[in-house]
Amino acid sequence: MTAMEFEVQLLAVVVAVACALPGCFLVLRRMALLSDAISHSILLGIVLAFFWVQDLASPVLIVAAAATGVLTVALVEALHATRRVKEDAAIALVFPALFSIAVLLIARHAGDVHLDVDAVLLGEIAFAPLRRFEWNGVDLGPRSLWVMGIILLLNAAFLALVYKELKLSTFDAGLAAALGFSPVLLQYAFMSVVSVTAVGAFDAVGSILVVALMIAPPAAARLLTHRLPLLLLLSALIAAASALLGFHVALRLDASIAGCMAVATGVLFFLALLLAPERGALARILLRHRQRLEFAGLMLTIHLLNHEGTPRASEENRLGHLPEHLRWSRDFALRVARHVEREGLVIQGPGDRLELTPLGREAARHLMVR
Amino acid sequence: MSLAEILHGLLFDFTLRTVALGAAVLGALAGALGCFAVLRRQSLLGDAISHAALPGIVLAFVLTGSRATPVLVLGAGIAGWLGTLAVLAIVRGGRLPEDTALGIVLSVFFGFGMVLLTWVQGRPDARQAGLDTFLFGQAATVLPADVALVAGVGSAAALITVLFWKEFKLLSFDPDYARALGLPMGRVDLLLTGLLVVAIVLGLQMVGVVLMSAMVVAPAAAARQWTDSLRTMVLLAGVLGATAGVTGAALSATARGVPTGPTIVLVASGIVVISLLAAPRRGLVAEVMRAARVRRRIRADAVLLDLYALSRQHARSAHPHALGTLQTMGGRERGVTASLRTLEARGWAAPSAGEHWAITEEGQLRAEHLLRTGVGGEDPESVEGAEGGAES
Repeated sequence: MTAMEFEVQLLAVVVAVACALPGCFLVLRRMALLSDAISHSILLGIVLAFFWVQDLASPVLIVAAAATGVLTVALVEALHATRRVKEDAAIALVFPALFSIAVLLIARHAGDVHLDVDAVLLGEIAFAPLRRFEWNGVDLGPRSLWVMGIILLLNAAFLALVYKELKLSTFDAGLAAALGFSPVLLQYAFMSVVSVTAVGAFDAVGSILVVALMIAPPAAARLLTHRLPLLLLLSALIAAASALLGFHVALRLDASIAGCMAVATGVLFFLALLLAPERGALARILLRHRQRLEFAGLMLTIHLLNHEGTPRASEENRLGHLPEHLRWSRDFALRVARHVEREGLVIQGPGDRLELTPLGREAARHLMVR
Repeated sequence: MSLAEILHGLLFDFTLRTVALGAAVLGALAGALGCFAVLRRQSLLGDAISHAALPGIVLAFVLTGSRATPVLVLGAGIAGWLGTLAVLAIVRGGRLPEDTALGIVLSVFFGFGMVLLTWVQGRPDARQAGLDTFLFGQAATVLPADVALVAGVGSAAALITVLFWKEFKLLSFDPDYARALGLPMGRVDLLLTGLLVVAIVLGLQMVGVVLMSAMVVAPAAAARQWTDSLRTMVLLAGVLGATAGVTGAALSATARGVPTGPTIVLVASGIVVISLLAAPRRGLVAEVMRAARVRRRIRADAVLLDLYALSRQHARSAHPHALGTLQTMGGRERGVTASLRTLEARGWAAPSAGEHWAITEEGQLRAEHLLRTGVGGEDPESVEGAEGGAES
């Protein structure tokens, strides 16, 4: 691995984790698509700030872009507050308008602006190590690594600082307000953090990947746990794994790194959707299967109890009779019988007779009484 | 360029005419179908669909080697359609909120499209050049055949909308009721979403992936302000969408280096702002004026009641009272004179010399009515109270 490859991977991991941390709260607060809106509209802030300072490397650009991100949220909320449009429509109205202004400005001043809209949308993390951070002539590593590292630390510090408040206002906004926290202040502080993260990240990886990294890893983690601290940890891990996976696939295919990282977040999310222990599709199929078997087993014990000691018991309480009586397939009847036997509720007598154990009789009586 | 020149260009300049026509048909189609999306709180579905379409465009090119619009649009349509199905699957399967599902599909599909695009661009195949115009749209590449395609498919979509009008309406406002009636709402939903997918992928070439969602939402959100009837809203959104399309195309033709897509979107956004402000009943200006009128009426009623209370202190009810007294009673100095003028116009109070005012016979009746029904109530003789904004 060359030093440059290492730097790109390190940057990718830092960006991914920095995005995933605030992303958890975006997903929990049902504001996932504000990240889409913000990551597009910050382009306007960058363009305007560039016209002012004429320097693409200036930190003013980051501040202006973050301010545009917060402005986007404010505009969406103002539009929503008129009660003339729903919140989703408000988002869909605000960010295309701001983005359009930015694209028009770039197009009008194409000659003087070295800003490529494609690069903004897609980013090019492979070139990030080319822009170095030097101090007194000493090379201190890629500039974006420093920027994103600081943003990651800021995010972690912010979450640690207002963890309690953020948690409360996310899960019970009414209680938070009643206790005297200011939901509006917190909301704007949080959205500023999201904006700053989006700005820093999109310089490296483009605006669409920002959306992928902010939403998909926390969503995958959400499927895996119900606990907030674990959610944050898992999101960070999944995001970092996506970054590395995406990088290596991209290297193999000679394709867009940012694109591959986005696809990797999607693949990991899909795996979580499929395999999550409780909420995953597979787990729920297995659960349904087991519940069906358990229910059928209890049905069987009740059936056996009903006919136990009656003259027709020897005929009714046979395995071969179940398909007719309970309308089960032979195969299913066999599986149910095996299940109840394993549970110690029923034993197989001579022939294919089924007899309740004391435990099975007790279970069936208990159910009948209820 | 003057207005006449623009008009001349629209009619006789081949490229501009084609672009404007395409933008108009597209705007009408997206605007009309967008109404259902906006009403169903699915405004951002359009954004997800347009982003999800990108891998379909590139794959269609890779598989067929053709850059013909119908081929790419078909690929985009299939991918967009799969994207909406993925959103549904995520919401149902993982019990995640819909916005999260939209965000995942949007970014992951788009990322996949980027992977494919960069992979194709890395191959020694010159024909791929220009596939990335779909990102931001390039109206100048629109050919008359493309316009014919949009118009043909658009008419089919319009026909389907007319045929399934009742079902679409039920789906938008009360899907549970429709299900209870026995209508297959799941399939109707798929059909309506399918039409939306068609409208969006047709627009990608012109407006691009990023801005297409605005073409779906803006005309519908604007039209909603002017009417409470779905039929009017859909027709109006079509008209507004077409207007935005033509105006945007014409404006972008007036200067060099002004891309068409963003211009159309900004015109559409402008229409939304105007509608939000100026619509007769739901408009914000109308609301401010309505609030001011109500405030005026309440203030006048309060002054009338003060005057009535004063008149009860005197044997002769027509005894005039000083303006200063009324101002003191009202607890405020400003506005009392204006309220008295309003009362005078209604014939409920009469001025006399030296800034004195007296209540009239009719004013007494009105005050007694107010005491029975409450201040600020409807004025029985006027019908101007009959407005009540329909809240969505």
